[in-house]
Amino acid sequence: MMKDTIDIQLKQNSLIVSDCEQWVACPDAGGIVSFIGTVRQKTQQKEVLKLEFEAFEPMAILEMTKIAHEAIQRFGALKVAIHHRLGMVPVSEIAVVIAVACPHRKAAFDACAYAIDTLKETVPIWKKEVFADGHVWVSSHP
Amino acid sequence: MENLEVKIIAYGIAREIIGVFEHVMQLNPKSTLGELRALLVEKYPQLQQLASLRFAVNENYENDDFIVKNADEIVIIPPVSGG
Repeated sequence: MMKDTIDIQLKQNSLIVSDCEQWVACPDAGGIVSFIGTVRQKTQQKEVLKLEFEAFEPMAILEMTKIAHEAIQRFGALKVAIHHRLGMVPVSEIAVVIAVACPHRKAAFDACAYAIDTLKETVPIWKKEVFADGHVWVSSHP
Repeated sequence: MENLEVKIIAYGIAREIIGVFEHVMQLNPKSTLGELRALLVEKYPQLQQLASLRFAVNENYENDDFIVKNADEIVIIPPVSGG
C-alpha cells in the first residue's frame, strides 16, 4: 500500500524534478506542489565552492518515509515523492525535491511545507559548505 | 556484571571531532545514553559546543534515559542540515 503512495530516494547523481512530479500525479489529485532546494552560492558574504552531503542512509530513508506518511495522514496527501542528493553538489544544482499530490491545492501547499520543514529537523543528512579557505558543517553550532 | 562493549558511529562534524567514523567503547553495566553523552563530552569537549547532539540506536532516535545493551550500535547525530 505504502509502496504505491510514497517514493523515497537518496541519489548520488542529478535529481530530476519531473521524475517526482510525474510519479505523484494521479486521477484524484487536483494539485501538485513541489519544493526544489538548490545550492546557493553565497552564505554570510562568503562564496561557496560546492556542497557535500552525507547521510546515515538507512535511517534517513526511514525518517523521510515517516514524513511522507505523516503528510498523507495529516494533510490528506495522495502521493508523496522525496528525492535527496548525496555527495558533492555544485552551486545552483538541486539538493532536494519534494512533490506532493492532494485533492486540493491548499492541502498540497501545507503538506509540502510540512515535509521540507520536518526534513530539515529530523532526517540524518549533513551538509558541508566548502569555501576557498576551509569548510563549515551547516547548522552545527548555535 | 561485565562491562558493556558498544560500537560508536559518528557522522558529519561529530566524526571530525572524534577523529574516526567508528570505534568501540567500554561502558559500565546498565549505562544510559545520558551517561555515554557525559563520557563523550568529557573526552571530546568540542561536542558540547554543538547546537544539539542526539543518539540513534537501531535507526531510531533515543532519549538520554535509554539503557544501552551489549553490542549496541550507537550512532551520534550532530545537528542535521539536509535540504
